Amino acid sequence: MTPTMTNPALFSVEGMVGVVFLAMVALTLTGAVIACNSVRLVRSVAGLILCFVGVAGLYFFLNSPFIAMMQILIYVGAVAVTIAFAIMLAAPEQKKKLGPMGPLAGPLGFATAALLSGSLAVLVWRTDWPVREKINDGSVKNIGIQLLTDHMMVFELISLVLLIAILGALVIARGGREG
Amino acid sequence: MAILNLYNELSTFLILGALLFGIGIYGIVTRRTLIGMLIAAELILAGASLNFMAFNRFTAADPVTGQVFTLFIMAVAAAEAAIGLSIVIAVYRHYKSIDAEDTVQLKG
Repeated sequence: MTPTMTNPALFSVEGMVGVVFLAMVALTLTGAVIACNSVRLVRSVAGLILCFVGVAGLYFFLNSPFIAMMQILIYVGAVAVTIAFAIMLAAPEQKKKLGPMGPLAGPLGFATAALLSGSLAVLVWRTDWPVREKINDGSVKNIGIQLLTDHMMVFELISLVLLIAILGALVIARGGREG
Repeated sequence: MAILNLYNELSTFLILGALLFGIGIYGIVTRRTLIGMLIAAELILAGASLNFMAFNRFTAADPVTGQVFTLFIMAVAAAEAAIGLSIVIAVYRHYKSIDAEDTVQLKG
């Protein structure tokens, strides 16, 4: 995996892969900007879905089709739909503005975000990340083996956390309902 | 640097993760509804997972650990979304609003 310094031909296989990658990057960033800037919350959820599909494509480029599939299944299929349900259940009045109008909106909030991500990006450029030799291929089979051996405790605890979260969500959302 | 070869670079993914994190922070500080803040928090979690996956692909010795960690992040994010949204619904029933500035009952 040595990065070449020249562009491959646009209509070769490598060139098309690069184009698809750039499209995924554009999808991710566009979706994220829509999710944070649209006035209506439903559009913001649509932007979130775009962003998650783009991130799933990026995972595909990172040699993990399994995680990409899980990303679409869990985030697009479950989390985004849950948020859409919550928006419909807690329907806010239309006359109220719901867009980005918080106390830090405008230049101050933008400066905070730009400072944070800019300094992280500078940190990325200036650091020399050490590369280690791979000890296995990271396939789904290896993921399954390690989930049930090395990470067994965390795996079981995560199931417990999810169960408690579901029960807690039901209890909190049911309480205070008239009739 | 060749623009069509960006997907073979670690720093591309790390900078993308930093951008997602920054956009998420922007969303959290500027949104005035609770659901909007939750959506922005999901963006921050996506940026963190992207970082884990990038290090997993390019530098880590064991390419399974990062994927397992990303799976755990997804599970925790799902739990967080379920709890957070049910709290939002409870708040809406009580205050008839999901604006973060209306929930000020404890203010002196």
